[in-house]
Amino acid sequence: MEFYGYRRSDGRVGIRNHVLILPASICASDTAEMIARQVNGAVSFHNQVGCSQVPSDMQYALDMMAGLAANPNVYGTIVVAAGCETCQCGMVMDAIAARTNKPLHGLIIQKEGGTIRLIEKAVRLAREMAAEASTLRREKFPVSELILGTECGGSDPTSGIAANPVIGKVSDALVADGGTVILSETTEFIGAESILADRAKDEHVRRRILEIVERYEQHFIRNGENVRLGNPTPGNKEGGLSTLEEKSLGCIHKGGESVIQAVYDYAKPIPTDVKGLVIMDTPGNDASSIAGMLAGGAQIVVFSSGRGTPLGSPIAPVIKITGNDATFRMMEDNIDFNAAPVITEQKKPAQLGEALYKMVLDCCDGKLSKAEALGFTETAVMRACNYV
Amino acid sequence: MAYALMIHPTDNVAVVTEAVRPGEDVLYEDANGGQVCLKAAGDVPVYHKIALRDIAPGEQVLKYGKTIGVATAPIAKGEHVHCHNIESPERKELI
Repeated sequence: MEFYGYRRSDGRVGIRNHVLILPASICASDTAEMIARQVNGAVSFHNQVGCSQVPSDMQYALDMMAGLAANPNVYGTIVVAAGCETCQCGMVMDAIAARTNKPLHGLIIQKEGGTIRLIEKAVRLAREMAAEASTLRREKFPVSELILGTECGGSDPTSGIAANPVIGKVSDALVADGGTVILSETTEFIGAESILADRAKDEHVRRRILEIVERYEQHFIRNGENVRLGNPTPGNKEGGLSTLEEKSLGCIHKGGESVIQAVYDYAKPIPTDVKGLVIMDTPGNDASSIAGMLAGGAQIVVFSSGRGTPLGSPIAPVIKITGNDATFRMMEDNIDFNAAPVITEQKKPAQLGEALYKMVLDCCDGKLSKAEALGFTETAVMRACNYV
Repeated sequence: MAYALMIHPTDNVAVVTEAVRPGEDVLYEDANGGQVCLKAAGDVPVYHKIALRDIAPGEQVLKYGKTIGVATAPIAKGEHVHCHNIESPERKELI
């Protein structure tokens, strides 16, 4: 199996060719967006973090930013910083340079003399970068170059019965073809962790799976909270999911039945020589989970939603799938794939999995997912503490 | 006549694939592949759970063959199973 992508100077292969205007903090986010709006081929997003953070949160923010810039779907990056934020422009640029040798510039609003002067300079740099990017041609690569992120959000009972098992078939197929699949959302392993632990490659991976779940639980307990009071959400419950454990047992179907090869911390790079099914320690929150997987190097995401969600990413296709026929009919503008026939027509997940795998490869070749075509860019970051 | 999906042979709940009204017959396939008919004891919204047998308070509620919760009240066969009569099981330390 093959797809058409762009070989990057760091050896990874992208399926999009974006210029990323990367805001180092919330204070640079509108400016970054104004720059991206001026240049065809440039993308940006609102960065809620990057300032007023304790070291652990600062590290999550730096890893997210560096990872998105290093993501192979990005040709090059222009970092835009306010100047006084926790994640200083130079730190963000160093973190990016530690992961990739792709084109990189940095500009600071307080040094350039305000946003208008910075925007003028940044638009020129972005225009040049976009023109360089546009000269690249797609080449054929084996699917072993792909890292597929899997996500579920706005789940209902159809997610665990139909949509996630179909995604699981794609996961197993891509793993069999030599590629890499990420199972994410540590919160939604709670109650299903023993199933995952039993599928670990070795004792180290088994222990890591249990550790990330235990750490997630303890984080809330230390703050006097119970994760179950926020998850399932009101929409999950209205749909018919009663407990977090029920939601989790549906969630983990996205990973299929493959052996779990490794566990990665949030937004850390997934080495290109590790193949097969891996876990990333991410929150159940969709926007931050997806950002973590993209920072890890995933080029594409498949996202199941029983209730329906428009969510997308500035740098990658996010293919939406539902197992709920009514949701598909109601939200067909936002949802790419209907897995409801598993329930309504007793189709096998494997049958629909073949069609979804083809859709994934078509998107890799350049076809826009609905979230991409409509311009959705929601991006968030895992957090440990409140703002300081 | 409505339908329900029993996901695992050991489950004591099934997922209804359409909204079920009180007294309506609900058909599902049991562990041996046989068709079983169940009378709904109340309304069950689409994709929500219906009890396949009586479940006592404190008893585990099983879906996917795993514990999804514990009954907080007596649940009669055919009754809607949701947040009003089950809760998360007590958490165990993993390590």
